[in-house]
Amino acid sequence: MTSQVPDLWPPSAQEVVFLLLGVVALGSALLVVTTRQLVHAALWLVVCFGALAGGYLVLTAEFVAWVQVLIYVGAIVVLLLFGIMLTRAPIGRSAGLDSGNRVTAATVAVGTAAVLVTVVVQGFATAYTPLEPGGGAAATLGASIFRSWVLPFEALSVLLLAALIGAIVLSRTDIRPANPAADAGGPAAPTTPPHPPDPAPPPADGSGATAGETGSGRVSRDGG
Amino acid sequence: MNGYFSSYLTVAVLLAIGLAVVSGALLVNRLLRPHRPTPEKLLTYECGVDPVGEGWAQSQVRYYVFTYLYVVFAVDAVFLFPWATIFAAPGFGVATLVEMFVFLAFIALGILYAWRKRVLTWT
Amino acid sequence: MTTHYLVLSALLFVIGGVGVLVRRNAIVVFMCVELMLNACNLAFVTFARQNGNLDGQVIAFFVMIVAAAEVVIGLAIIVTIFRTRRSASVDDVNLLKY
Repeated sequence: MTSQVPDLWPPSAQEVVFLLLGVVALGSALLVVTTRQLVHAALWLVVCFGALAGGYLVLTAEFVAWVQVLIYVGAIVVLLLFGIMLTRAPIGRSAGLDSGNRVTAATVAVGTAAVLVTVVVQGFATAYTPLEPGGGAAATLGASIFRSWVLPFEALSVLLLAALIGAIVLSRTDIRPANPAADAGGPAAPTTPPHPPDPAPPPADGSGATAGETGSGRVSRDGG
Repeated sequence: MNGYFSSYLTVAVLLAIGLAVVSGALLVNRLLRPHRPTPEKLLTYECGVDPVGEGWAQSQVRYYVFTYLYVVFAVDAVFLFPWATIFAAPGFGVATLVEMFVFLAFIALGILYAWRKRVLTWT
Repeated sequence: MTTHYLVLSALLFVIGGVGVLVRRNAIVVFMCVELMLNACNLAFVTFARQNGNLDGQVIAFFVMIVAAAEVVIGLAIIVTIFRTRRSASVDDVNLLKY
């Protein structure tokens, strides 16, 4: 399982390729976090995902790499761009960074990075497996999924159903929120969309109305 | 070992050649064309009339609906690819077929819901 | 080889974490959460490679699917909040604050 760790110099071709991809991924991730223009952040995220897909290819996990390109770059980034459009993000620069938190966040980040990198380097310095194209193709992954991972697979279908129904309910345009201009007076409770007409008849009014009344002549009406 | 890495190296070289052709053409264009900007020339082009309003058009949520329908079905397709390569192999019988159909049935319930709630109509 | 990938994964995770802490727009916070998920995927695939097992790749695959479902719902929620509150900033969604 663990072979002898090769020397760092001269680096093999896969090491060089991975180093370049890693630098690209780190640089674009930094740009995602620090850029002031929202659409640029989404595009740098595409570069980061592409570099990570290349990293998966170097690790001989080709099915995961192409799923990364298809799902992350192809679907999730498009969803993020639609979200940016639908929330009327400002074109050009915007005050994105909260400068009060910046110093604390940087300190926490440097500390966490130092701890994580030290743990990783100390723990796995002697771990090495030569990169051979073994599993990672669609057929071997499919065999693994449909042999040992069938239950999570079915559970994922229920999760996708729930996500689909939830998103449809949240984006129905025939349920109109109340006029947002009326909320300008103060941070009152946000207007919840009015519920669709309740098909069940409301509970019998008679019992509710007579509960507060002190009139003695009224006979309480029971439902049914 | 050589087959895998060399084939992806071919793909990478092809990608690099494509990028080089496009950026080379744009670079040559940039070096060779005249560049004398005036304020009128730098206005946003709106079919010949003067531009009015801000850059964002009124975006409608129905585009978002189709985007996330695409996401759910792309995930569906991504599960179908490995399944298709192995379900006829020995050792995976009718059970694997039935499992995938159960998966598809759940997702089909979702699209049935979308259809009944008139989400799939354009107007 | 393994340590290089894991160091990249750790650094990407920390960068994503900083983004979640610092950025104000809800969609950029979402992007940074996706960065953190990708860092975890890279760690999973690295360990799958290291142990000669496919389980890490299968788990990374499932994590990608779940992340896609999560982005669908999360963005629908953000857009709904934007419709009523007219703001996509995480600082403005503080109605439960005393």
